[in-house]
This record gives sequence, structure tokens and C-alpha cells, in this order.
Amino acid sequence: MNTTLNIQAQVILLITTVLFAPILAHAESAEDESAKNRGMAIAVEADKRDTGFVDFTANMVMELRNKQGDKSTRTIRLKTLEVIGDGDKSMSIFDKPADVKGTAFLTHSHALKPDEQWLYLPALKRVKRINSKNKSGPFMGSEFAYEDLASQEIEKYTYKFVRDEKLNGIDYYVIERYPAYQHSGYTRQVVWVNNKRYVAEKIEFYDRKNSLLKTLNNTDYQQYLDQYWRPDTMLMENHQTGKSTLLTWENYQFKTGLTDKNFTRNSLKRAR
Amino acid sequence: MKNIRTCLAVIGLLCSCFVSGFVYSGEFSGYIGGQTRIFFEEPISSEQHNSYLSAVAEPEFFHDWDNGAQNLEVKLFYRIDQHDEQRTHGDIRELSWTGVFENSHENWEVLAGISKVFWGVTETQHLVDIVNQTDQVENVDGEDKLGQPMIRFSTERDWGIVDLFILPGFRERTFPGAEGRPRPGAIVDTDRNAIYDFSAGKQHVDFAGRYSHYIGEWEFGVSLFTGTGREPTDFKPVAVSPTGETIVVPVYSLINQIGVDSQAFFGDWTWKLEAANTIVRSGAKKDINSFKTVAGFEYTLVGISDSSIDLGFVVEYHYSDQRISDTIFDNDLATALRFVLNDAQSTEILAGFTTDADTQTIGSFIEASRRLGESWTLEAQLRTFHGAKQGRPLFSFRFDNFVQIDLNYHF
Repeated sequence: MNTTLNIQAQVILLITTVLFAPILAHAESAEDESAKNRGMAIAVEADKRDTGFVDFTANMVMELRNKQGDKSTRTIRLKTLEVIGDGDKSMSIFDKPADVKGTAFLTHSHALKPDEQWLYLPALKRVKRINSKNKSGPFMGSEFAYEDLASQEIEKYTYKFVRDEKLNGIDYYVIERYPAYQHSGYTRQVVWVNNKRYVAEKIEFYDRKNSLLKTLNNTDYQQYLDQYWRPDTMLMENHQTGKSTLLTWENYQFKTGLTDKNFTRNSLKRAR
Repeated sequence: MKNIRTCLAVIGLLCSCFVSGFVYSGEFSGYIGGQTRIFFEEPISSEQHNSYLSAVAEPEFFHDWDNGAQNLEVKLFYRIDQHDEQRTHGDIRELSWTGVFENSHENWEVLAGISKVFWGVTETQHLVDIVNQTDQVENVDGEDKLGQPMIRFSTERDWGIVDLFILPGFRERTFPGAEGRPRPGAIVDTDRNAIYDFSAGKQHVDFAGRYSHYIGEWEFGVSLFTGTGREPTDFKPVAVSPTGETIVVPVYSLINQIGVDSQAFFGDWTWKLEAANTIVRSGAKKDINSFKTVAGFEYTLVGISDSSIDLGFVVEYHYSDQRISDTIFDNDLATALRFVLNDAQSTEILAGFTTDADTQTIGSFIEASRRLGESWTLEAQLRTFHGAKQGRPLFSFRFDNFVQIDLNYHF
């Protein structure tokens, strides 16, 4: 008797599923659409709130750690110029390690077309254009890929809202973003966006096989010019290798008067 | 006596500059290091040795002021070699002032002093890079350059970069001495006066210019040079050494050279081209017109087999019509693999060989480098030369396969 009922129930469930599947699917895709829109809206709002900083300079200490606890340090000076309607321009100059002192990168980033990037090698006095199409490689042996440190334009991803989440008393929007450019090293990133400040406090990176590769924690956010939030520390942990990289930011200065002329190939040679 | 007084005056001037608060905001850096070269076979000449030790120092001082619009750069170089007295040499690599002058329409950068510039894109030969003389005694690959006195004007606009150079004070190429290894079969004696086959000689002022620009993923440059060719057009025998070897001096001639260099990215491919056309304007080879080119690609596999290692394939073809002089690269194919480990020690390995299509001469090389701790770097090189034919430039290197190790401390 029980068995018959069970079978009946199963049949009914099956019929229901078959009959209503298109409707369910439709409801799901509508939900999908709204998740996409909401994800996008969060990204747009975050971008809007960070617009208008004009330029900034900062110093960065990068500490590389391996599984055995060995440490290696790089110190880098960074200059960024905001470009409205396109990717930002930036220059990073190495002070340490001593053998690469004076080495500098100049990047003219773009939303979707490839960035232009030049490397200055002081020993050779050579400005070398580098193929920036593939940005999935590590930056200076660290756990940060070039694409992790690149200017974050809205168009670089598509988005999906996942859920609201409360962690340690702080409300987050959890969104997923999918790289729009084919050479990315990631299938997706899960981002915890602080819902008051609209900044990413945690990002999980999933590799090309969609398994968890790295986690980035941005902490000790400071507000500059009463508007722009920047983290003092960024810790990137690689779950697959056990290595990690800690970025410590110092001496943030905004609206320092930088112009396009500070981001040319000739200025790259004088940057040190 | 007069020299000593001049020296003291210069030192005094430099000291007073430093003491006047300059030194506090300036930066000292550089490296010191040791090098060993070990050869696997007995040398051709009884004057040469099987192993060489040397020490090197390259201190640097840099200071900028006026919001970065002006700077002073000093880089000195000195190497002491155990056996080769020509390789024991010093050079002012850099002693220059740079100033930037700009308003809303114009921007010019002016550099005066001793400096270095690099032109070109290819990996295994630098054809268009003509401003600085090669410091040939430093390494056989010709990558090391001597400081060149110059006044350089440069402007960067929406339509590209223009560089103009006035180059007074020709620098003669360095060559290994009688005890140096590897070296040409004839001993090039740089202590004797070189021959200039034109009247101005060493006093001739040279000029150069370059225009370069990029359009999207394509970069290109066109360069012009008029003056004393950096490469000797000939070598004149002048004596015979005690061991019976010919002693020669280099002959320098006036030339005009036009060069082009170009590089384009297509996905993971980088295509590269350099070409130069040279006309000799003086001496026995006057009016000879010569063409050289090097072209090829580098293809990079990023993150091979889920690691962070990049593997690059470098292929470059070299051509020279050999009308001015017999060069190593006349009809040669260079192929190499480049491993970039992207690790904390910045480990890199470039390994490959150059094959002459006509003579089947093969030159192979391995160059590896990595950082040790925070301040040391270790470099290792292996160079071998097989099947060189008599009369060709590499013939005198036929027993000179060697390994070189450099350990440097950077500060």
C-alpha cells in the first residue's frame, strides 16, 4: 500500500515537473536576470563612489611568504591617474630588491581592449613594450596576478548577486563576477562587498578548473578626502601552494597634481 | 702633475656638491661582484689561460629635484681581471644631467653628459642600437656598452617620440688583450692609436635621430645616424707578438646608417624586426652600401601545466650581405627557449643555439640567473662554439667553450 502510494506520488511529481518545468525554468531565468542586474548595480555603485579621486600616490611593501615561512620583500612606489571613460594610467617603481631598483612599469589600461604596458630596465636603459594580453601570470613572483592589481573597470566582468551575508557584525553583499576577457586565469571570483562602504573586503578566486585557488582579504580600510576608501593591508593566500603575499600600503596621497605627462614613456625613464 | 691637479679639482667640486645637502636626498646604489670563467680545452695561444677570476664594481648615484624635472645621474664601472690587462678597465657609464621643460603645448627633455641609450627589439642581435660603443671585453654577446658623451633632445607627443643626439667624443671599442679569452685570432691592440680613415679622426662630432611611436599593438621606430661607425670597418696588421701572433689595430670610418625596428603583438605571439642599411663615406671601403636584418618571433606559453612558469620560444633569423666586413650573423638562425619561473628569486633561464645555414657552425648558449636572499644575484652562462670554418670570425673561438659564473652583491 505504502509502496503504491509512493509510486503514485512519484508519478504525480514527475508529471508535475514535466508540465511545470518550462514555467519553473522561466521563473529561474527571471530570477537569474534580477541577480545579474543586482550584481551589476552593486558594481556600478562601487565604481561611482570611487570616481573623482583624480590621482593618488602611495608606497607599497610586498612580503612574499612560502610554505616553509621564508620571506622575501619588495618595496614599490605607485602613482595612478584616473582616466574618466577609460582605464586608469599607472606607474609602479621598484626600490627593493636592490638588483631591480629603478625598474618601473607603465600601464595605460583599458576596459576591454588590451592595455599598453612598458617595462623600464635601468641597467640596459631600455624601455620595453610588453605583451599585456595575458595578465594571469604572477606579479614579481607574488601571489598577485597582474590582473588582480590592474585597474578594475566595470566592463572587465559580468556580475551576479548571490546573497546578503552578515560576518562579524558587518553586512555584505556577496556577488560573483566573471571575467569578460578570455585570457583571465579565473572562471569566477566571489566578492564580499561591504554594503555601507561599497568596497571589496574579501575576494575568492576560482581557477580555470573552477576550484578555489586564492583568497584575498583587504583590511584596515581608511577613508581619504571624506570619500575614497583604501585598505592598509591586503593579504592574498594561495590555497593550492600554501604561499601568501602581504601588501602593506603607506603614505596615500590624493590629488597630487599628476597629469598625462607623468605617465609617458620618457617619464618612465626618469621615474626612479 | 697637471692631471693630478685637475683630478683634485673635480673631486673637490663633487665633494662640495655632495656636502651642500645634496647627498641627503640623493640615492647611492649599485653592485660589487666576483666572476670566474672556466674553459674546457687548452687555449690556442700559449699566452691564454684555462681559468680567469675577476672582480667588478658599479656604484651609482642619483638625485632629482625641482619636482622630478631635473636629475643628476652618475654610474661608474671598474673591473679587475686576473690575467687580461685589457679586461682590467674602468668606464664612466653615466655622468649626466637631465632637465624637463614643458608648458601646455610643448615638452622637451634635455640630457647633457655621458649616458647610454638603447634602440631595438630583437633578442639575439642588436642591429639598430648604434649610439653607444660596445664594451666587447666585458662579454662576447656585445650587450655591454661604454658611456657616450652626448647632448640629447627628446619630445614625446601624441604622434610619437622624437630623439635628437649630438655626439662629440668617439669611444673606441674595447677588445681582449693577448692573454684574454675568448679573443680574435689576431691580437687587437687598443693601446696603439686606432686608424681613422678621415681627417677629423677622433674629434669628429656625430649626429643621430630617432622617431618612434605605437599604434595599438604595433610599435615601430626609424633611426638615422651620421658619423664614425662604432664597428671597425677593417683591422690593419701592425706588428707580430713574441708568440708569433699578428697584432692589428682597428680602422674606423665615417658612415651613414638608417635603421628600422618594429614589434607587434598577436595574442601570445610577439613579432620582431630590425633592419639597417649602412653606407661607408670614407677610406678604402668608401661608397660600399651594406644591408643587415634580423627578424623573428617569441611565442609564450603562460603558466605551463598549471604552474606559474612561463615558457617562451624565441626564433630569429639573421642576414647580412657581408659587403663591409665578415660578421658572425650572415645567414643564421637563432632558436632559444626561455623559462621564466615567476618565483620569489626571479629565476630565469634562456637556452638556445645559433646555426649558420651555410657553414653549419653552431654556437650554443645557456644563461641562467636568480636572486639569493634579498641582496645577492647569481648568474651562470655556458657558451660553446662548434664547427667554425677557417677564415670565419668564430674560427678563433673553436677551443673556447666556457662557463662563466657571476656572483654580485647589490646595494
